[in-house]
Amino acid sequence: MTTAVHSAGLGRFGEFGGRYVPEALVAALEELDEFRTKAMVDPAFIGELTQLHRTYTGRPSILTAVPRFAEHCGGAQVVLKREDLNHTGSHKINNVLGQALLTRRMGKTRVIAETGAGQHGVATATAAALLGLECVVYMGKVDTERQALNVARMRLLGATVVPVEHGSQTLKDAVNEAFRDWVANVDHTHYVLGTVTGPYPFPEMVRDFHRIIGVEARAQMLDEYGRLPDAICACVGGGSNAMGIFHRFIDDAGVRLVGLEGGGEGVHSGRHASRFSGQAEPGVLHGAYTYVLQDEDGQTVESHSVSAGLDYPSVGPEHAFLRDSGRAEYYPVTDDEAMEAFRLLCRTEGIIPAIESAHALAGAMKIGRELGPSGMVLVNLSGRGDKDVHTAASWFGLLDDEATTPPGDAPRPADDEAATGGGESQT
Amino acid sequence: MTGVSEVLARTKKEGRAALIGYLPTGFPTVEQSIEAMVAMAQSGADIVEVGLPYTDPLMDGPVIQTAATKALENGVRVADVFDAAAAITQAGSAAVVMTYWNPVLRFGVDTFAAKLRESGASGLITPDLVPDEAGEWITASDDHDLDRIFLVAPSSTPQRLASTTAATRGFVYAASLMGVTGARDSVGDQAQVLVERTREVTDLPVCVGLGVSTPEQAHQVARFADGVIVGSALVRCLLEADSFAAGLDELRSLTGRLADGVRRT
Repeated sequence: MTTAVHSAGLGRFGEFGGRYVPEALVAALEELDEFRTKAMVDPAFIGELTQLHRTYTGRPSILTAVPRFAEHCGGAQVVLKREDLNHTGSHKINNVLGQALLTRRMGKTRVIAETGAGQHGVATATAAALLGLECVVYMGKVDTERQALNVARMRLLGATVVPVEHGSQTLKDAVNEAFRDWVANVDHTHYVLGTVTGPYPFPEMVRDFHRIIGVEARAQMLDEYGRLPDAICACVGGGSNAMGIFHRFIDDAGVRLVGLEGGGEGVHSGRHASRFSGQAEPGVLHGAYTYVLQDEDGQTVESHSVSAGLDYPSVGPEHAFLRDSGRAEYYPVTDDEAMEAFRLLCRTEGIIPAIESAHALAGAMKIGRELGPSGMVLVNLSGRGDKDVHTAASWFGLLDDEATTPPGDAPRPADDEAATGGGESQT
Repeated sequence: MTGVSEVLARTKKEGRAALIGYLPTGFPTVEQSIEAMVAMAQSGADIVEVGLPYTDPLMDGPVIQTAATKALENGVRVADVFDAAAAITQAGSAAVVMTYWNPVLRFGVDTFAAKLRESGASGLITPDLVPDEAGEWITASDDHDLDRIFLVAPSSTPQRLASTTAATRGFVYAASLMGVTGARDSVGDQAQVLVERTREVTDLPVCVGLGVSTPEQAHQVARFADGVIVGSALVRCLLEADSFAAGLDELRSLTGRLADGVRRT
């Protein structure tokens, strides 16, 4: 088994990664690489970011044992890493603050971002407000309608939200539009890419800004429990929260790294977002060589998940490497399984998770049963579920009157198409 | 010497720039797109850029993306570009294929190159593949004697202009502005500056694309470039017409006027 992450060369993790972009963007990527390389060893930069994490984000995030939930996990002990308690409600703020500080260092005055259904967009709008940067967020039109509240949050923070009406009008198309904006405005604009994919140096840089999750968690596990977990479960859309918690544990061979993908209606249904269990093959999408849901002509296939944050046809290239090297395992979690885990955590522990994170909880239920009572599972609770209340309430039939459901919010699973995309990007 | 190089040598001898016209394969249908490409060649386009529609065209504006999306909805396949290229070369014109990288990768780079050679096309324009990542394509294009047309941009550093043009064969595609495909009110000064900078590092022909849509703009660019590339304005002829026949008439007309533009002294 390969345990060392290969980062030699131009952003390659084994054969995955690289920089497949228009020439117009290469200079900006080289500039970004130069600035972030210097910044990551600059005590002034690290100090400012650390201070922001302590006084603004609320780090370190705590560990929470969830014994009543664990009763449904084969008796294994389950501990949550509480990224949901971060300012803005998810792990996304870790990366965004780092990139916003870099934007200022590069002398750029404008940031753009893509967002699945809002969380990365909200985090970017937040950081932009904090640092006085102009902010434009691209969001699929379907998602803007489903997540009207998040659109309002971004606008309250001063951001311009641009609905994208091309293609499937979801996250993939928002990424395309953000790249187009960047090509045209790269002289004064930084693209705050939201996950561990895209062209080099984004996968490595975003991972490094999220690596704090695993660094904290490992120290906290040893300090509070005197041991490392047997397994770590994290949901994987693009893969940022998972890479954030996995990375510090890669050399701990006894710790299983388990990524949970959006299994949608099941991988055999064709309506899923499982890049490692479905029809995905290695290919190029959005600047990186990695696993991509694609047809036999190399055209991108639309993905499906109840969680918009997992509803993405590609995955970070380092995950592709970890998967093929055997260091990490990836499993699909269906919409039904995720929502059952969501319900359980609410009822047993008084914690409403993001639907994305509920996929990781469902993974813990499976892995916990494999490990048995002596096992310990650490779950990265990547975000909180405030944003998902309407989706979940609709899913479980908890609304007294359909009229109370916001326009475009996800209805019951029986309503098929519209059941997608209820959550914000938490990956 | 391949078709594109021959054409560019001939136009240079004639003391003018070449007109290069782009259309996506499969729009409105595969057969009609081939008919339109041949018509464009017969109306004065020296080289036809055969587009391979892709689901995620990062460098394309709304006109080309709309046509490409419709082509995909109509079932266009990768192999259709070989038929289009063959029809163009059989009609006596030079063809190059413009494609994002993943369809080539999935098809198999060497197989794609072999089919391309067989079709008579000169090579590929690859908007999201820079030479740094193009090892497999460089090998295949050498093996099958194909042109590899890489892009340079106003943001390209002197070092990258040198390394990119060193890897290029056929002609250098100078992206005249920072942005995506689509008509612009003016071409701007960046195009000429980029051509001049590129010529400092290579003897290859330099052709300018992005933003050129009118005969006047074609004339303006032809004064400093070896070729003028027009895409969105030609695609719009077919996209906005009431019928294919009407679109074809408009396409022939615009191509003719653009051809006059590059010939005007």
